[in-house]
Amino acid sequence: MTSLAARGKVITARGLSKLYSEGATQLRALADVDLDIYSGQLTLLLGPSGSGKTTLLSILGCILRATSGSLELLGEAVTSLPEKELPRVRRQTIGFVFQGFNLFPTLTATENVELALDIRGIRGKAARRRSDDLLCEVGLSDRKDAFPSHLSGGQKQRVAIARALAGDPPILLADEPTAALDSTSGRAVIELLQRLAHRHGRAVVMVTHDPRVLSYGDRILHLEDGRLIREEAAYAMPAIVSHVPARHAIPGFPDNFSAEF
Amino acid sequence: MALLARRNLFHDRIRFAVTLTGIVFALVLILIQFGLFLGFTTTTSNNIDHSHADLWIVFHAVSYFDTGRTFSERKYYEVLSTPGVQQAEKYMQDFARWKKPDGGVENVQVIGFHPGSGLGEPWNMVEGDALDVKLEDGVIVDELYKGKLGVQKIGDRVEIGDHRARIVGFTHGIRSFTTSPFVYTSFKNSLNYTNPQSKQDDVAYILIKVAPNFTLDQVQKNLRARLTDVDIYTSAEFSRRTRFYWMFTTGAGLAVLTAALMGLIVGVAVVAQTIYAATMDHIREYGTLKAMGASNSYLYRVLIEQAVWSAVLGYAFAMVLAHFIVQSSERGGALILLPLSMKIGMLFLSVFMCIAAALVSINKVTRLDPAMVFKG
Repeated sequence: MTSLAARGKVITARGLSKLYSEGATQLRALADVDLDIYSGQLTLLLGPSGSGKTTLLSILGCILRATSGSLELLGEAVTSLPEKELPRVRRQTIGFVFQGFNLFPTLTATENVELALDIRGIRGKAARRRSDDLLCEVGLSDRKDAFPSHLSGGQKQRVAIARALAGDPPILLADEPTAALDSTSGRAVIELLQRLAHRHGRAVVMVTHDPRVLSYGDRILHLEDGRLIREEAAYAMPAIVSHVPARHAIPGFPDNFSAEF
Repeated sequence: MALLARRNLFHDRIRFAVTLTGIVFALVLILIQFGLFLGFTTTTSNNIDHSHADLWIVFHAVSYFDTGRTFSERKYYEVLSTPGVQQAEKYMQDFARWKKPDGGVENVQVIGFHPGSGLGEPWNMVEGDALDVKLEDGVIVDELYKGKLGVQKIGDRVEIGDHRARIVGFTHGIRSFTTSPFVYTSFKNSLNYTNPQSKQDDVAYILIKVAPNFTLDQVQKNLRARLTDVDIYTSAEFSRRTRFYWMFTTGAGLAVLTAALMGLIVGVAVVAQTIYAATMDHIREYGTLKAMGASNSYLYRVLIEQAVWSAVLGYAFAMVLAHFIVQSSERGGALILLPLSMKIGMLFLSVFMCIAAALVSINKVTRLDPAMVFKG
């Protein structure tokens, strides 16, 4: 799979570790992870539950501090930044897409996107224009005045993606965005994320358990017990999509996996 | 931000109704208690505040209006000859027994003034004329006490201290802080009603108008140099002493202020609870905002805007209800005053109360871990 956008390194992580303390017990969620993420790529983080995927995503998204190691986003060493600087980094650099959508139920689709713009100081007509453009980009022009409760799961996730794009972030972090969706909606969402990576040159990092999305990834990073144990390029994956033997190449890969959405 | 604040607040209408009820209840409680306090204090010093006198001469150590002790009329003539005194009038205040036409008895507070002097006269006349007390046995009472005193119209006859009295006028809204209504009459008549066995040459107070070229301070000094066994107060000083006595020495004012304070505390607690519950309902949304890069100050503004909306709407409803209560109580014995300054002050107090209540929620979102958005 070839990216249409130029590939530049946007995330550089070295020796990332995360320890959680519970009384006298310490739990190692991440251990010495080295990682580079490039623009124009859809990178999948794969691994069993408790492998550290979400912890890694949280650290990459600057909402969790690593216990040790270094992290650079677009060349800025965020590990040395004070806590109060991190919201700025998130606003300028990162867009989040969540498994549960996390839309604001009292706001319409447009207003949800406008809220993300408001945080960035964009208001009024400029916000409305940008919101319309983003909802158009995710294919929801006709549903922009609908409240989340009147949208399907797939539509909600596309609104969430539009919201994540509000600040025009170079990095998009998605936490199992297709997990709660049916096959049609899931395909629409993953295709959208892929398009955002390939056509718009964003670095999209996606945590997933969903085997249906593997064929869309440019890179697949396997995590286990907090360690990055393996990396695969997408071109190595076609067999996974259609041939049974390849299933076993991925730890935790389910036997009843269906490659089709 | 403003939109989110409003939508989150108004979205759950039942919860918002509960919030508003709490705020309205607290504000009405505070408004009425402060209104009562203001009404009480105003009532206690009404006669001083409406006397048009610059200075009051009172028997030494008299601490408030209603306990005026009499002193010799000779001091009145010394006052008249004091430099800076433009006008001086004798004034009587004492309690007496009022015998109603049906034979019932009430205690009244007799006020004796010099008709036509412009000092110490009754005000808000709605029937008759203050000068009519010059007529023999003429008295004026407030229409509020018609029932209590057993009179209905001008010309009705009663007895005060075993002397005949005849109604010659009615005032409106002159309440007494004690249970004894005021009865206005001429100074001369008042001596008959209050102290018939005395030498008839006593006064309770002397009211003074200061000459244009003198200051109050100058005339006070001049009077102090001449008079003994009396105190000389400006109207403002004597009014303040009287109000202070009733409000704080008797505990009446403290009770009312304590109730008002309780209203404030209940209000803060109710609003804090409801705003906190609303915040907890939307806690995941606040976590999402944080994850999206919203600063703490942005979240504070959302919460404070909700608090201000609650305050303003609660205040509006509370004012309507308070006015209804005030109007309903106007025919009763208690005076509840809601001056404009108090209304404006209450608006600020409402906003302060609601913002203080929002601090609990602000503390909650400040400590909120944005990583929560990745959990379940």
